[in-house]
Amino acid sequence: MGFFIEVLVGGLMAGVLYSLVALGFVLIFKASGVFNFAQGAMVLFAALSFVRLLDILKDTFAPMLLSLAITIAIMIVLAIAIERLVLRPLVNQPGISLFMATLGIAYFLDGFGQAIWGSDIYTLDVGIPKDPVLLFESVFEGGVLLSTEDMVAALVAGVLVAVLALFFQRTRIGRALRAVADDHQAAQSVGIPLNYIWVIVWTVAGLVALVAGIIWGSKLGVQFSLSLIALKALPVLILGGFESVLGAIVGGLIIGAGEKLSEVYLGPYIGGGIENWFAYVLALFFLLFRPQGLFGEKHIDRV
Amino acid sequence: MFYREAGQFKTSYAADQAVFPIAQDRIFIGIWLLIGFVAIPLLSNEYLFRAIFIPFLIMALAALGLNLLVGYCGQVSLGTGAFMAVGAYAAYNFWIRIPGLNPLIAFALAGGVATVVGILFGIPSLRIKGFYLAVATLAAQFFIDWVFSRIGWFTNYTPSGSIAVPPVSVFGFEFDTPLRKYFLCLTILVLFAVIAKNLVRGRIGRSWMATRDMDVAAEIIGIRPMYAKLSAFAVSSFFIGVAGALWGFIHLGSWEPLAFDVNRSFSILFMVIIGGLGSILGAFLGAAFITVLPLILNQMPQWLGIQLSTAMISHIEFMIFGALIVFFLAVEPQGLARLWRIAKEKLRLWPFPY
Amino acid sequence: MTAVRSLGEPILSMDSISLSFGGVKALTDISLHVRKHEILAIIGPNGAGKSSLLNVINGVYHPSSGSVTYKGATRSQMRPHEAASQGIARTFQNIALFKGMTVLDNIMTGRTLKMHAGFFWQCIYVGKARDEEIRHRRKVEEIIDFLQIESIRKTPVGRLPYGLQKRVELGRALAAEPELLLLDEPMAGMNIEEKEDMSRFILDINDEFGTTIVLIEHDMGVVMDLSDRVVVLDYGRKIGDGTPDEIRGNQEVIDAYLGVAH
Repeated sequence: MGFFIEVLVGGLMAGVLYSLVALGFVLIFKASGVFNFAQGAMVLFAALSFVRLLDILKDTFAPMLLSLAITIAIMIVLAIAIERLVLRPLVNQPGISLFMATLGIAYFLDGFGQAIWGSDIYTLDVGIPKDPVLLFESVFEGGVLLSTEDMVAALVAGVLVAVLALFFQRTRIGRALRAVADDHQAAQSVGIPLNYIWVIVWTVAGLVALVAGIIWGSKLGVQFSLSLIALKALPVLILGGFESVLGAIVGGLIIGAGEKLSEVYLGPYIGGGIENWFAYVLALFFLLFRPQGLFGEKHIDRV
Repeated sequence: MFYREAGQFKTSYAADQAVFPIAQDRIFIGIWLLIGFVAIPLLSNEYLFRAIFIPFLIMALAALGLNLLVGYCGQVSLGTGAFMAVGAYAAYNFWIRIPGLNPLIAFALAGGVATVVGILFGIPSLRIKGFYLAVATLAAQFFIDWVFSRIGWFTNYTPSGSIAVPPVSVFGFEFDTPLRKYFLCLTILVLFAVIAKNLVRGRIGRSWMATRDMDVAAEIIGIRPMYAKLSAFAVSSFFIGVAGALWGFIHLGSWEPLAFDVNRSFSILFMVIIGGLGSILGAFLGAAFITVLPLILNQMPQWLGIQLSTAMISHIEFMIFGALIVFFLAVEPQGLARLWRIAKEKLRLWPFPY
Repeated sequence: MTAVRSLGEPILSMDSISLSFGGVKALTDISLHVRKHEILAIIGPNGAGKSSLLNVINGVYHPSSGSVTYKGATRSQMRPHEAASQGIARTFQNIALFKGMTVLDNIMTGRTLKMHAGFFWQCIYVGKARDEEIRHRRKVEEIIDFLQIESIRKTPVGRLPYGLQKRVELGRALAAEPELLLLDEPMAGMNIEEKEDMSRFILDINDEFGTTIVLIEHDMGVVMDLSDRVVVLDYGRKIGDGTPDEIRGNQEVIDAYLGVAH
């Protein structure tokens, strides 16, 4: 029993990290209707920038803060560049073109990030405690071994989601974002500055990517494979629905837990390594029954 | 001036529906066939065959297949690499398990297997659209990757998981030199291009395009979405499966699952986008572009006298690919094929501006 | 011209059809008949449920209760392509043409159900497939002639002006040689001249091909001139059904359009 819970909680924690990446997708999708395949590349790019700046600035008075500030600035510049060079020329193109454009952005960022920052594996230590803690010793025999790192990650993710939810629901910019997501032209016609909104939302997605990058990076080291976690986040989106922040969280948890449990309990029977596709196949089956996702809205086609 | 249809009257619908109704186009395609079947074999050397022409031909076949699905039927697939893998591994299994099987038949059967798998993974397209579908096809990619690397039967339990095949021989004729391989691939490609063209100008092609442009309206005039979408998946997967078999047997000779990973899927999708969605010519142009570009990028530093590490070159390649994708989508969503169309329109009037 | 025409048996009957989306009732308890060879106009204020009614007829929406009897067969729902195969064609309020295809190809798609050459023949495009293609092309050319759009047959429809697109869409519906033609605001957004052309086409279709037509239109002049019978909807209910003259005098209809004094 203790072992089961360990696996389950381990999976849930991994799921939180998927959720973090998925959150970036959802933000951009909600606010611009763009399915941003480059979210994973942004995670890598942000984490690379951060870890390399940390190294360059290690002799200054506050390396952590400085590199954080500079990385945030970089992500803002990136958002502006994407808006100017990609979104603006592609406005009013069908969603699928924009999707493919973000594939282009992903390729570009992967190459660019590694070209300027290097392509080794960099260890990142932001002071998150790494020792596992033993919990529930009195409840189960042997207790449950949990990583503090994962728990910090979960906490950060929780705070982030709360902040974003407030931002979306309570601020004027949040309302504008939702209006833009609904209808670009209508939003523009009531005076919402589309370009400015896009910059904001891509910046926010960039910051979410940075947070995800730091957490993943301190866990696995900052390396190219961070870019691939985007691929892990996609089934999360399908499960949770592209438009729902809550869906990203719940979907992430389900996928994380399902993945680990299946690997441990199912893997030995069918050859192992099923982590890579389990989430996808789960999501695929799910799609057949509920195409709009757990929390997505159903669209009625009007003719 | 030189390219105009004035004076070329058509007196029957048959003539009007020909593939190339205009004489200049027929001459033009004739020239290309001459270049392909005569000039290149005479002038090219082994390196060019191996590094450019053979991969180009096979990739063009795969891009052609994907373009039928994405460009004509509007169903985005990110699983091309996996369907190629199905083709390659199926051909391998037919070839080792049925002694004396003609490899060409093995390739065709492999295409058939890819068709079945394609239809299977195309079923979600009946319920979901757009990026949901794109993500669903990624499921095919990862699942199939896993199948071929983990289930030993498919690789005939080779310990390394990689597969090696001897040169293909048909009725005692060995396709062992690059030149012979080139001819084989070229012939197959031309054959498939003709089939693709025939399909897209007929009823099936129209039902694909109708589904792409407005699926609700298509259904209302009597096009069954299930039939249109699944037939697109089927035909496309057949093309891609055969391309996969050729890629393994003719181009690589020995391969492992990595040869058909998700990056393969992306690069073929890029060919289709850069070449031109919904254009047969586009598949060729895109495949040529994406095959040649890395070679040029690799040579570039030498020509310019700059020292660059291979890692750096690959990063720059990523950047250039990414930038080009965005560029083409923004500036010329119809790709290189559209540039050709514009050139034709200009030629029609040249030397006059209007 | 409305009174003297002899009209046949009902080709389509709707029996107490109701349709709702979530909590919104789009149609409530609608019953009506469409008789063979007539032109029936459906009118009513915006949001009255006119388009929904057409969508029920050709199977885009499935009614929550009630049944539809078409050519003697009663059913509660069907798929759009089944409706098409039984001779129901339609046009749309917001043009639903295939934007990336030429006029010719768009109209050719209307012939899909009548083409049967197998996959293999289509691959090689000789024999059956080609003969069939040419045979149907000939038919499509007749429609192109009829609608007077010869000069634009090779133009991608995305490039055409609105009025012509409407015409092409009518052509696509005609290509299916329908027995029942549903037209959703065929004249919306047209100028007088275009409306006159379109009216002429509709009358000719009804006359020459004997096609039964159900049309939705807001221009009362056109409705009164064209139709044999008019059905009036308001808030998803049927409030009037009769000849144009009867409808003109119907108090409930007048109230719905002009409002009631309190």
